[in-house]
Amino acid sequence: MSSDDTDSNRRRFLTAATLVVGAVGTVAVAVPFLSSWSPSARARTAGAPVQADISKLEPGQLIIVKWRGKPVWVVRRDEAALATLPEVTGQLRDPDSASSNQPVYATNEYRTRKPEYLIMEGICTHLGCSPTYQPEITADFQGGFFCPCHGSKFDFAGRVYQGVPAPLNLPVPPHYYISDGVILIGEDGVA
Amino acid sequence: MSEDNNSKGLLGWIDARFPLTKMYEEHLGKYYAPKNFNFWYFFGSLALLVLVLQIVTGIFLTMHYKPDGDLAFKSVEHIMRDVDWGWLIRYLHSTGASAFFIVVYLHMFRALLYGSYQKPRELIWLFGMFIFLALMAEAFMGYLLPWGQMSYWGAQVIISLFGAVPIVGDELTLWIRGDFVVSDATLNRFFALHVVAVPIVLLMLVVMHIIALHEVGSNNPDGIDIKKTKDANGVPLDGIAFHPYYSVKDLVGVVVFLILFSVVVFFMPEMGGYFLEHANFVPANQFKTPEHIAPVWYFTPFYAILRAVPDKLLGVIAMFSAIVVLFLLPWFDRGKVRSIRYRSTSFKWLLAMLVVSFVGLGYLGALPATGTRTLFAQIFSVGYFGFFVGLWFISKNEVTKPVPERVR
Repeated sequence: MSSDDTDSNRRRFLTAATLVVGAVGTVAVAVPFLSSWSPSARARTAGAPVQADISKLEPGQLIIVKWRGKPVWVVRRDEAALATLPEVTGQLRDPDSASSNQPVYATNEYRTRKPEYLIMEGICTHLGCSPTYQPEITADFQGGFFCPCHGSKFDFAGRVYQGVPAPLNLPVPPHYYISDGVILIGEDGVA
Repeated sequence: MSEDNNSKGLLGWIDARFPLTKMYEEHLGKYYAPKNFNFWYFFGSLALLVLVLQIVTGIFLTMHYKPDGDLAFKSVEHIMRDVDWGWLIRYLHSTGASAFFIVVYLHMFRALLYGSYQKPRELIWLFGMFIFLALMAEAFMGYLLPWGQMSYWGAQVIISLFGAVPIVGDELTLWIRGDFVVSDATLNRFFALHVVAVPIVLLMLVVMHIIALHEVGSNNPDGIDIKKTKDANGVPLDGIAFHPYYSVKDLVGVVVFLILFSVVVFFMPEMGGYFLEHANFVPANQFKTPEHIAPVWYFTPFYAILRAVPDKLLGVIAMFSAIVVLFLLPWFDRGKVRSIRYRSTSFKWLLAMLVVSFVGLGYLGALPATGTRTLFAQIFSVGYFGFFVGLWFISKNEVTKPVPERVR
């Protein structure tokens, strides 16, 4: 074969092969860089379960427990607050929590293990603000939680009202009772 | 320059090795810009000035700032109180951010007035839109760094927008934050992106924007192609060299700009809470959302569109669409006449509607949402998108005035 002849098939094949190998290499090299953005081992450890003492809670009181860096609310609901739950059902977007996030044992009207105590993540399902606790029951609002950022409203079980931007009920983290006065947030425990 | 060039001495030595004279002539000395530029044409060079200002002040701020969740807020206070002239450097940078958006919005509006995005300048417009996008990312990530309440919760809200993506949304936000909430990990990576990655991208885009501009030549308030009428030497009859004519003229714009800029830096650096929000003087607290969250003024029009839609995913889609339609502007406009001077009355009404809607949205986006305000935000959102839809319909068979052969 003289030096002037080019085997264009061979050239095309080599070009394509080089491109493919190069592309595979690029993707492989990108993996470590992209993975480095995932939560680090330290951040994951900080996500370990936390204990909370609830024995000193007054009726109607809310305490904030830090779990995975998020505010987790523990609310001791009084009779009046619990009584509002069936009344507001008709105004809610997802009253049975069918599409919301909670463990099986909290998929009920009270969204918890023991109706008196509500354990819930205080992060709005809309855009991540922390709603404020509105314990007063008024003619306008049956009490619950109000998100100041975009006006989403939730009832005393964190169930979202219709006509507000938040799509889902506030999430309930896994939790169980170690004893009557102590809960563990972050684990389901034994049923 | 090539061998036949007359340059001798040091310049000749350089030109034989690097196209210095060639580049000078292409971009300054023999870049012929239309002679009829008005004040709207100041904003391009002003944007460049602000970019340099932001880079220089930013470099000096990084010498004192600490990108650490425990130290960030204190280090900003340290810059403001202990570092000699630190307050000035920081106020130049924070005011520069708002000035950048003022200048860029006016620069973009100029393009709308005179059809500077139309054929053959579509790529200039696209590069410009990517600059706008990079600028928004840069501003958003920079705003997290002082680690105040508004920094923190603003970032929390904006990152949560990505949670609206179906299926992978939650994983995506976790990946962006690097933690279950906005945290030290988020701050650290935003710092890296803000001071290294995005500025490099911005600078590259600016270079491409200018190269594309100098390839096709500047548009002008008459929207006429000045390259059609040239003299014997091939110089456009209606063109004048960028240097010295426009370099000197732009200096006037620079002086006026710096006077206004200094007034803000020295007398009202917070601009009543619009440039630096009051809540940001409180350290970030992950358990308490401020009573009222609003982005900095330059994001409020898009934020108002987000809030106008009472559904999470649709709201996010509407907000991003508001930016996407801007990218597509050269293809929404099917008209042949560029300048508003010769376009139809319906175009002028549409443009007026866009301005009113955009300003209205910007005003509403800074306020807490109420029933009436949400209704107005919805009307203005329709007005905003209506401009693009309307433009597509009216521009096909638009009745325009005759365009002169030469600039006035």
